[in-house]
Amino acid sequence: MTGILSLTTFAPIVGVVGILILRFFGQPEDARTVGAAKWIALIATLATFALSVLMLAGFDPNQAGFQFLEDTPWFGVFRYRMGVDGISVLFVILTTFLLPLCIIASWKSITSRVLEYMIAFLLLETLMIGVFTALDLILFYIFFEFGLIPMFLIIGIWGGQRRVYAAFKFFLYTLLGSVLMLAAILTMVAVSGTSSIPVLMTYHFDPGLQIWLWLAFAASFAVKLPMWPVHTWLPDAHVEAPTAGSVVLAGILLKLGGYGFLRFSLPMFPHASQFFTPLVFALSVIAVIYTSLVAWRQVDMKKLIAYSSVAHMGLVTIGIFSGNVQGEQGAIYQMLSHGVISGALFLCVGVVYDRMHTREIAFYGGVANRMPWYAAVFMLFTMANVGLPGTSGFVGEMLSMVGGYQASTWTAILAATGVILSAVYMLTLYRRVVFGELVNPKLAAIADLEVREVVVFAPLMIATLVMGVMPAFVFNFTQVSAEHLAQVYRAAIGG
Amino acid sequence: MNFSAELAVAYPELILGLGALVLLVLGAFAPRNTGLVGALSILVLAAAAVAAALQPLGSAFAGGLVFDSAAAFAKVAIYIASAVCVPLGQRWFERRGVRNFEFPILILIAALGMGMMASSGDLISLYVGVELHSLALYVLAAMHRDDARASEAGLKYFVLGALSSGLLLYGASLIYGFAGSTVFTDIAAAVRHGAGTGVLFGLIFLICGLAFKVSAAPFHMWTPDVYEGAPTPVVAFFSAAPKLAAMVLFGRALGQGFAGAAGQWQEVLIALGLISVGVGAFAGLAQKNLKRLLAYSSIANVGYAILGMASGTTEGMQSMLVFMVLYMIDVTGFFACLAALSRQGRPMETIDDMAGLIKAQPGLGLAMTAFSLSALGLPPFSGFWAKVYVFKAALHAGLAWPAVLGLVGSVVAAFYYLRLVKVIWFDAAEGATDRPAPEARGIAVALALFSFPVVMVALRWIDPLAATAARAFGLA
Repeated sequence: MTGILSLTTFAPIVGVVGILILRFFGQPEDARTVGAAKWIALIATLATFALSVLMLAGFDPNQAGFQFLEDTPWFGVFRYRMGVDGISVLFVILTTFLLPLCIIASWKSITSRVLEYMIAFLLLETLMIGVFTALDLILFYIFFEFGLIPMFLIIGIWGGQRRVYAAFKFFLYTLLGSVLMLAAILTMVAVSGTSSIPVLMTYHFDPGLQIWLWLAFAASFAVKLPMWPVHTWLPDAHVEAPTAGSVVLAGILLKLGGYGFLRFSLPMFPHASQFFTPLVFALSVIAVIYTSLVAWRQVDMKKLIAYSSVAHMGLVTIGIFSGNVQGEQGAIYQMLSHGVISGALFLCVGVVYDRMHTREIAFYGGVANRMPWYAAVFMLFTMANVGLPGTSGFVGEMLSMVGGYQASTWTAILAATGVILSAVYMLTLYRRVVFGELVNPKLAAIADLEVREVVVFAPLMIATLVMGVMPAFVFNFTQVSAEHLAQVYRAAIGG
Repeated sequence: MNFSAELAVAYPELILGLGALVLLVLGAFAPRNTGLVGALSILVLAAAAVAAALQPLGSAFAGGLVFDSAAAFAKVAIYIASAVCVPLGQRWFERRGVRNFEFPILILIAALGMGMMASSGDLISLYVGVELHSLALYVLAAMHRDDARASEAGLKYFVLGALSSGLLLYGASLIYGFAGSTVFTDIAAAVRHGAGTGVLFGLIFLICGLAFKVSAAPFHMWTPDVYEGAPTPVVAFFSAAPKLAAMVLFGRALGQGFAGAAGQWQEVLIALGLISVGVGAFAGLAQKNLKRLLAYSSIANVGYAILGMASGTTEGMQSMLVFMVLYMIDVTGFFACLAALSRQGRPMETIDDMAGLIKAQPGLGLAMTAFSLSALGLPPFSGFWAKVYVFKAALHAGLAWPAVLGLVGSVVAAFYYLRLVKVIWFDAAEGATDRPAPEARGIAVALALFSFPVVMVALRWIDPLAATAARAFGLA
């Protein structure tokens, strides 16, 4: 099945072309054109999902290396190289799974410049899939960095009150991290004479140079993930972005950072990774405890979930840098599960925001009286975010901490407090929004979930529960690659 | 080599020189027929480009005129860039009631001078080339005679340009005095083991003079004023091709003449490059006029090209060539956008004028977005590839800190490019724009398409061509 990766990656572009043709022949603000554009976007994302499932079906989980390889010369040392292994293949699925839901979720809430909105999302999908499938450093960088533009436009055009500020902050923060990574990438190409990721994964960089390269890559990934203390762009970006933008941001874009650590930092700079592990653990523990406390005190629903994302990503970095199989598996699982859960939570906020146009927690209270179905859905994702056994959140957190415990007992013990704190802030949020007496008269007529919203939530609920009770389905794919990663890492650092 | 063989090396120069003279006569007899003169001058430039692409390599006039792969590469690019500006400018002037047939002829003369700069092999032809193209540019800047700002720009350009010529000449005489020759290859022999104090003094003056021409900080003071005052299509012309010509000249003088002193000029270039990047990035933040903004942007971009050259390797020279070619395309396109746009007959020149452009003029709005993002250095636009080349060369040569500082400078500059994108996309339009000038719009859109996606294919050819060209500079 060679070519399936390029096909999956660029399938959304077909939708972009379709909408552009529509734009060319129709009136951009005409209701029929807008409707057609939505359908084109939905069909394109669904087709991409179908292609990615087809790819997953053909994927051999017992093989540690990259599969579906594509390799065409480009210019200079750069080549067009694509491929997936057990780690990246599931992130591709996560991306293609979330995007159709984003399109459906925006169906009614986006009313202006719909064509451009759909184009931005389709373009973003291609770029995000590309990040996970690219096997050439420069190709990876293109996908990684170009994604800033659609996201900048999504926040800046369709965002909330302070959208311009948030868009600039998001862009410049990420760019500063990325240019340092570019310097590292170009150094690697200059030193090794190749830009092939599989080759560089086995290339032995001088340990002194590794320190610098690691720092430069970490500058980019730490901002993206985000790690404390460079997380401050995230609450702003999340709060101002439209709902679907937040879903993509939390669900996929944050995972690029964790994926980067797994794909680059650990295998390419093992000595530096080992050297910096205490630092990463310290920052992660701070992230888990501090941002959980910050989340607790938020008055804005989206901001609360944004801070909770930072806390959850702290567990991911602990898992990654524990350097053992449990830790890697846990980190991957946690990222996939958080992609689904945080996306769903932002959609939950979006449901009431679409009706009331405020995200203030104090505004709500007692919505369970009017929206029983919504209360049930929100309950599931709240529990999943807390990490209740039976939901996907439990497996990832559990394994990350098991991995972390083997590497550093104190880190795991301190990080475990994050689980308690997450219960505190999530249950507080849930209680204040959903339970209690319906005091605010404006809420009296609030309507429960409509069919379109059920269609969005159903796949997310299924995914959360299936991943919660049948983790073997995911581990089947990640096992061999994660083992390989941990094995090579331990061999490189001589442990 | 006999005389006719030597002349054969100078085919592009001969075509341009004779073409300019013939067209001047034609124009003198039919002054109303500006369209014909314009069309013929494009033909002359095309013929010169073909000659430069096909003719055999060689050198003539005792090493004064060198036609090597670098000269061929640069000349083709320069002539094409000049040809693009002929229709851009001529129609622009006509719409403003200036029907001067001299415009395309001046471009031809400037192109002749630039071609000589790109192939000058000694200090004399260096100076002649620089002066020839500069004089044509001074006139072009002041061509819109009834416009006080344009006249001011022309005068300012002339006075400061004369100062830089003085520096250049002073440096050249010092070098000649201490090295004993004006030919680069002989100078190279004299400074085999590093430059002595006298030659070094001369070299520094030479570098300062050239830095003036490429508008590298701290010799950039003329740029914002001249860019702001001069007619937009003329700025499109002299922000592109002359920069490439001067950079190739720069590279040739340093590589062929002063390879032995590489360690000495490297430091100067690093300083020049970083100061330019810094000035361009920080001073650009305060600009409201787009032409001034682009002036600072060009200062920063020249800084990157100089950083690439500071590597002191063939890879560095290749990066400089690729950078300049890609930059030329972007900057011409950017000014073509400005030349195309007006609102109720008034040119749109400030950042705020661009509010809501994406709705008013989707094609030009997209083109301008592409050029901004490209100048920002965002992949996959051409400006990104330009920076990749430069920083790869610099990092390969061990210039880690200059490279990192340069990249951080690009993040600072990102703010103003991003602000332009913000204004184009987020803000509401204020009043309708006029119908854009078709030729400027066409050029802008075509060049934007080059910036993305054509560049990603075109680099397959630009890369090896620039590599061959860079070898001519004779560095390691």
